[in-house]
Amino acid sequence: MALPIYYSPLEKGWHYTYRVICAAILAFLVVPIFVIVPLSFNALPYFTFSPEMLSLDPAGYSTQWYREFFTEESWQHAVRNSFVIAIFATLISTLLGTLAALGLSRSQMPFKAAFMALLISPMIVPLIISAAGMYFFYTRIGIASTHLGVILAHAALGTPFVVITVTATLTNFDHSLTRAAASLGASPTETFFKVTVPLILPGVVSGALFAFITSFDEVVVVLFVGSVEQRTIPWKMFSGIREEIRPTILAVATLLVCVSILLLTVLELLRRRNERLHGPSAS
Amino acid sequence: MTQGSGEIIRTADGMPLGLSLQRTLLRSRLRALMLVIPLLAFLTVTFVLPILDMLYRSVDNRIVASVLPQTTVAIQAWDSKSTELPDEPVFEALVLDIQAAHEQKTLGRVGRRLNYEKPGMSSLFRKTGRHAKRITEAPFKEQLLSVDKRWHDTSVWRLIHRESGALTGSYFLASSDLRLDDQGEIALQPEPRRIYVSLFYRTLWMSLLITVLCLILGYPISYLLASLPARTSNLLMILVLLPFWTSLLVRTTSWIALLQTQGVLNDLLVFIGLIPDDARLQMIYNKIGTIVAMTHILLPFMILPLYSVMKTIPASYMQAARSLGASPFTAFVRVYMPNTVPGIGAGCILVFILAIGYYITPALVGGRTGTFISNFIAVHISETLNWGLAAALGVILLALVLVLYLVYDKIVGVNNMKLG
Repeated sequence: MALPIYYSPLEKGWHYTYRVICAAILAFLVVPIFVIVPLSFNALPYFTFSPEMLSLDPAGYSTQWYREFFTEESWQHAVRNSFVIAIFATLISTLLGTLAALGLSRSQMPFKAAFMALLISPMIVPLIISAAGMYFFYTRIGIASTHLGVILAHAALGTPFVVITVTATLTNFDHSLTRAAASLGASPTETFFKVTVPLILPGVVSGALFAFITSFDEVVVVLFVGSVEQRTIPWKMFSGIREEIRPTILAVATLLVCVSILLLTVLELLRRRNERLHGPSAS
Repeated sequence: MTQGSGEIIRTADGMPLGLSLQRTLLRSRLRALMLVIPLLAFLTVTFVLPILDMLYRSVDNRIVASVLPQTTVAIQAWDSKSTELPDEPVFEALVLDIQAAHEQKTLGRVGRRLNYEKPGMSSLFRKTGRHAKRITEAPFKEQLLSVDKRWHDTSVWRLIHRESGALTGSYFLASSDLRLDDQGEIALQPEPRRIYVSLFYRTLWMSLLITVLCLILGYPISYLLASLPARTSNLLMILVLLPFWTSLLVRTTSWIALLQTQGVLNDLLVFIGLIPDDARLQMIYNKIGTIVAMTHILLPFMILPLYSVMKTIPASYMQAARSLGASPFTAFVRVYMPNTVPGIGAGCILVFILAIGYYITPALVGGRTGTFISNFIAVHISETLNWGLAAALGVILLALVLVLYLVYDKIVGVNNMKLG
């Protein structure tokens, strides 16, 4: 971007200083995430760069921590658990959240604000409080230390994200479209699946992605509600950091960064599609 | 609508139009409600009831009454203000209760419960439990008094009398570093047990500091994103969203790798000669670790609301201010900043709410001095098993968060909450 020619030298100076400050802050945001990528290839079991790594000596690098991750049964068990729990939790929260969002965005919905505040609350209540309450209550009704318990807990934590994203999509929703469909003879079910669903789908998908990542990253509730049988990747990482800190954790972290880049790409594509359809104002 | 002509307009099937409209509205209201009810029911069972259950534990006091049922009834006849010991029937009830509880192995629970109020009660009950089975006939009073001389102490009896009700406020007192003394008056906890007020205080000031740091770091970035052309700002936005989408544990792990004494940053400082090798900085497992890692983790939650507000401020405002003679600085402070106040409010409250309830990051990088109230709640649930105290601390934390949530709702409206 070219600077306006009327800028004084002081303004020009500030302009470049400001750019440098912003670059530093963005570096603060991103560098810590990428610093672990090379560290995960360390041949030595340390969390820092060895002299061999700095001199780019191939002997300083190794994929042993990745091999450990892919061959050790307890990690593989955690991977399976993470996916099973996240997928089922996502299905439940997407289904229930989308239905609720459809209800909440109807103009006739009574006590809308109160319901909304209640449905969003799992996102706001500190996780330790939700986790403690779930631990006590799920033990009482006999679903603590089961996959079902963890799935239900994660589904509850994921619903606010689905509700928020789908209601956001529905605020831009043109209700004359459903009326047009009805007047052309479509039944309510047909209208819903052929008109409403395709239009709100981006919101539903991004809500589902949020719900998925919420469950996939969640550790407090798993620690309290789950047992060793339900241990997930974050569970393993948490106990790994607390007990014996090994670079396997860095290898897992690197893989998780790849997962988040993948998710981010999908969301970005969805956002662009939405922008094409509704104009840049839609979010 | 029909009064003017005196004639009622009816629908095709002969129903008055007003009534028909009312019915239709009611039906559509019900239909909207039906869509919300499944989620509401689901959240009630999986989320609301568990939280209510926990809230109740903060005042629940049924342990004494359920393990010592006869004693709690008998002791009501005793005047807790008196300096005399209770009479024979109370002693008899207690001996019988203790024998039964010792048999069912529930005596430890009462001992532990009363030990929270008065140190030494646990051992008193354990010892009495071992000796009580030898007491089979009257006089119970003398025999029990000979088992342990602590039964001569009226404050022990006052404690049993006080804690025999179904509800108690003592967990809340304990959360505020207070206790009921032997006379039943509210008093300060002994010095070494006075930790929670300072812990709440620490949680609050550290959260506040993290919020301020997020604002200082987030404001310039949001302004940059809002003022750049859409193509560039979308690209830079990815740099903000990537940390937002990256696992919390990954980001915490990164900070451990960067900040620990044998970590990347210390190595770098030693390498360029800023610090000697034997004086590496302790930047993690203390307050600094918690503050740095949490600022990094919560920064996107500040940037996103700020950005969405700044994007709506027309560039012409600043241009107008400049053309009317304001210096760039004046124009920014007097025109631009006041327009961003809603974003500042939304971002700050959101970051503060998330910060005061944080558990994982302080637990991993906070060491002893950088932990929050959440970490103590976790300790009381899984290690000391003092669930009542954990619940009381949780209720105070929850109340704090809910008040802030209501403020947030007033300022921003939960309906306007945006993600990504």
